[in-house]
Amino acid sequence: MFRKNKFQKLKEYLIEKLLFLFSLVSIFATVGIIAVLSFEAFAFFKEVSLLKFFTDTQWTPLFVKKHFGILPLLCGTLLTTLIAMLIALPVGLISAVYLSEYASEKARDIIKPVMEILAAIPTVVYGYFALLFVTPLLRKCIPGMSGFNSLSSGLVMGTMIIPLISSLSEDAFHAVPMGLREAGYALGSNRMQVSLRIVLPAAFSGVCAACVLAISRAMGETMIVAIAAGQQPRLTLNPLVPVETITAYIVQVSLGDTPHGSLEYSTIFACGMFLFVMTYFLNIVSYKLRKHFQQVYE
Amino acid sequence: MKRIMCFMVIAVIACVNQAYAAKLIKVDGSSTVFPITEAVAEEFQKENSGIKVMVGISGTGGGFKRFGRGETDISDASRPIKPKEVDLARENNIEYIELPVAYDGLAVVVNPQNTWVSHLTVKELKKMWEPDAQETITKWSQIRAGFPDKELRLYGAGTDSGTFDYFTEAICGKSGASRGDFTASEDDNVLVEGVSSEENGLGYFGLAYYEQNKDKLKLVAIDDENDANGKGPVAPAIETVMDSTYQPLARPIFIYVSVQSAQKEEVAKFVEFYLNHAGQLVKEVGYIPLPDAAYQAALERFKKRVKGSVFGGKGAAIGVKIEDLLKRQK
Repeated sequence: MFRKNKFQKLKEYLIEKLLFLFSLVSIFATVGIIAVLSFEAFAFFKEVSLLKFFTDTQWTPLFVKKHFGILPLLCGTLLTTLIAMLIALPVGLISAVYLSEYASEKARDIIKPVMEILAAIPTVVYGYFALLFVTPLLRKCIPGMSGFNSLSSGLVMGTMIIPLISSLSEDAFHAVPMGLREAGYALGSNRMQVSLRIVLPAAFSGVCAACVLAISRAMGETMIVAIAAGQQPRLTLNPLVPVETITAYIVQVSLGDTPHGSLEYSTIFACGMFLFVMTYFLNIVSYKLRKHFQQVYE
Repeated sequence: MKRIMCFMVIAVIACVNQAYAAKLIKVDGSSTVFPITEAVAEEFQKENSGIKVMVGISGTGGGFKRFGRGETDISDASRPIKPKEVDLARENNIEYIELPVAYDGLAVVVNPQNTWVSHLTVKELKKMWEPDAQETITKWSQIRAGFPDKELRLYGAGTDSGTFDYFTEAICGKSGASRGDFTASEDDNVLVEGVSSEENGLGYFGLAYYEQNKDKLKLVAIDDENDANGKGPVAPAIETVMDSTYQPLARPIFIYVSVQSAQKEEVAKFVEFYLNHAGQLVKEVGYIPLPDAAYQAALERFKKRVKGSVFGGKGAAIGVKIEDLLKRQK
């Protein structure tokens, strides 16, 4: 009996340590990635000053006249993200309101999984969908539009992140106590008034968190913009011309034969670092918002 | 005993069969040369069902990088090998045989809706593409008086592409000297898509990609302002490349075969098949075939395993006429 007990204890101990090791894997991966990124980015910023990186308006590290201004790439990234959010935010939010406040249990059970299929489609498929279907369609309505542009890739990217916004906001709506709704009805409000004036404001921080997550998802999206948005770094807000995003640039260089260890090659780490800092910051904001909203209704 | 014998025979056949089925020839490199190699590979695989030929499009530079590390058997190249690539191959003890397979008349194209351009001079192309044009030459009207005041949207080969090296050397005078603010891709299909969907677009790529997309693109004649190479603007075509009047954008394109890989029976067979059938297939995909004598000379070089490049490993060589090429081969 005693021996068995000891054996049991040892087993428990080993299992605990094993589980602990597994949980360390992702932490090590994160630390490793940050270390490599900072190391390589540091090498880059020894050659190119931060000031130049953020103020130069041209990005041509692979060509003879080298310029290392991140602004055109950042502009491409923000432009596609903005277009995506213009689609994803209203559509995602309205469907969340419908699913949480209006839809019957049965309708919900069908619509929700179908919407989530959108998130399961590989992004490369979305990319070619944007390039070969959406762009030709838009070109019929908008003359002078380029074959590669931020508009169609932004629209398709927006469609892709609709389920992200709708399911996260719906969770937030669900967390709003039933009592608040009932109070609204008791005062004679109709469904629309309850949804928009009571539930939505009450779940506001949760909705914000969903948006911020969606923005960071859109900024990090790679395949769609690499395929459909073009590969020309350009400082513009015109959604009809080719642009290049930070992620698309990283793909372009890492697939090519730019020699490892060269300044040209280290640009992708600088870009990666910059992107990482931006999305990390957004994720923290989202986390803080969610926390805030949990504290309010416990 | 009989049964055991039977078993053994079957086992041996199965083994041989498996080894046979596993034969794979790996080709990578220029997307300009790709249509030819792909067409040859298709014909070859019809006749040799046990051999698979894989053809990639990493660009000439990307292809040589893999070739120099011994990852591929054959490298497609739209320019001769460069010093850096020669060194890489030497480091890894890779020796190679250079074989010209066709001529390309690098095509400069615009959108069919473009009514103002029918020809351009080399000087105008230089003005458009040279490094100093970056962020300064942005309108068609800056290229020639009389062109409309419309934005100039450029599509060109990516920096890993042999076409990029050749075009910049031929037009701007130095390999790699190009502006950086244009849509760059190693995949010529991307450039076709770009120019064909953009009224103000202009791009350049191998002639075969124009031939395959004739209805979506408009070919621009090029004037090198040298009357010795034909007077006035000349458009790329079989005749103008053959008689060397389409200059300076006509160029030979190559395959590089690793000497080590050539010892493999299937690779040797494929290369011989390539040179014997290139004449006809090159025409079909839209390039200009070499004279029969040149294919014979190349076959001779391959059989004798003549190593190295006739261009001395210096990268893009401009203005190599077909007869020059033939002379160098011998």
